[in-house]
Amino acid sequence: MNIENIKKEFPIFDNKIHNNDLVYLDSANSSQKPQSVIDRVNDFYAKEFSNVGRSVHYLAVAATNLYETTRSSVQKYINAKDKNEIVFTKGATEAINLVANTFGQKYLKEGDEILITELEHHSNYVPWHFLRKSRGIKIEFAEINDEGEITIESIEKKITPKTKLIAITHLSNVTGAILPIKEITELAHSKDIAVLVDGCQSAPHLKLDMQDLDCDFYAISCHKMYGPTGLGILYAKKKWLEELPPYQGGGGMIKEVKRDSISYGDLPNKYEAGTMATAQVIAFDQSIKFLEKIGIENIVKHEKELIEYGQEILRKNNSVELIGNPKNKGAVLSFTIKSVHPHDIATILDEDGVAIRAGHHCCQILHDKLGISASARASLGVYNTKDDLDQLNSSINNCKKIFNL
Amino acid sequence: MNIKELYQEIILEHGKNPRNLRKTDNFNKDAKGNNPLCGDNVHIYLKLDEKKKVEDISFEGSGCAISMASASIMTDLIKGKEELEVKEIVNDFLGMIRENPVLKSKNLKEDEKTKLMCLSGVKQYPMRVKCATLSWHTLTSAIDNTQEEINTERGD
Repeated sequence: MNIENIKKEFPIFDNKIHNNDLVYLDSANSSQKPQSVIDRVNDFYAKEFSNVGRSVHYLAVAATNLYETTRSSVQKYINAKDKNEIVFTKGATEAINLVANTFGQKYLKEGDEILITELEHHSNYVPWHFLRKSRGIKIEFAEINDEGEITIESIEKKITPKTKLIAITHLSNVTGAILPIKEITELAHSKDIAVLVDGCQSAPHLKLDMQDLDCDFYAISCHKMYGPTGLGILYAKKKWLEELPPYQGGGGMIKEVKRDSISYGDLPNKYEAGTMATAQVIAFDQSIKFLEKIGIENIVKHEKELIEYGQEILRKNNSVELIGNPKNKGAVLSFTIKSVHPHDIATILDEDGVAIRAGHHCCQILHDKLGISASARASLGVYNTKDDLDQLNSSINNCKKIFNL
Repeated sequence: MNIKELYQEIILEHGKNPRNLRKTDNFNKDAKGNNPLCGDNVHIYLKLDEKKKVEDISFEGSGCAISMASASIMTDLIKGKEELEVKEIVNDFLGMIRENPVLKSKNLKEDEKTKLMCLSGVKQYPMRVKCATLSWHTLTSAIDNTQEEINTERGD
């Protein structure tokens, strides 16, 4: 696997940022896009555009076929049993909101419990909070250990006879902890509890196998997978998509509309109301091809090496403190520098062309638990190298110098 | 623009050792502000005497070097000034950060203007303007007694 060649596929790296090469360490926020994905959006609009699933003319049929091709590619990539278990959404956020809304409507009543964790991104907390307000459900938080991990024991501890659903991240966007989803699902199912997995951070970095994980729902963000913005995926077991009510009403999701009754379309149309992000769906097929061409095993190996190297050099750097030390860690390095606020770190690093994120990364519950208001985060993608991490370290040293540390 | 123009010594020094970082006893006006994207927060306490002169001003909160330095420098400057003068200075400062090249206020001495101009570096960093202005907006809210928590994601 030749990273230099892979990097060449991403035109963003031709840019100079403040006269420096771009060192992009913000892929957990959103990844950069290979030329093939950019071209596909452009080509579709220029040469093949039509709405999908409606008209019978040539372009409409061709566009519909392309759209459905991506669905099949996704099914294969995540090893879902059935193509109709793949629902396109506007993002992972909408995917989780879809489940919270429909599952909540159908199955949740006052006093029922949803179990989430202290690691969750706001998008896997706020939708459940809506149900706390509207239906009087309770939200329980499984606690992290000192390493910033969630163990199966911490989940088990919070399960009660009232627990109806466990909603958990696969990979923490702050500590990088990879959660034991398969074990959690086994435990949950033995107690008749459904499992929703927020796969935003895992999908670009880990091998995905829905049948092996056996979770009920899995939310994916396409723009973090070298794909276009405005697109997410909800994987849901067929039985749920059949049982749950529709989420949004509109064109494309109906079977028959009468004055006094409406019946809904078959899967997956039932959940895809209105004109979808057609160009993005079609271009996302190129993202999957890009990932398949490199091979997820190679990506896992490359990023594991990088994360170990990054941890090693940052641990040696005085006054840098890494957040979390999980045994099984994904491509995220969150840290603080004693007496320098993360926003100051990020501004100073940016001057060297080093793009990181600073803030609470939409994880205020976790930052409160850690007793900090914000952190700095360097996150990796397939295009990163050890040189990028060396530059990160050297820019951190510059930051320390400016602050007289 | 050099990053050192943003992080001038005076800003680093005020950021590290903020003045008036405490809570005024018997304050008669106060307001809270926060910057939800950064997690910066500030709580301003004002004590105005019967002639509406700032007898004491202090703040509590946490944030980046820019926001702490801005609150520190602001509270230092405002002490002893009258309410109307304070409002005029706040407007002048916000105007400078937004668009004006210099400070015009007659209520500021030259050395005070020089001190405030150290914060003008943020103009080159649009994402950091909020850090510099948070405490100033919060001060306005305290004076006006709006009882409204300043949130940098509303307005500018």
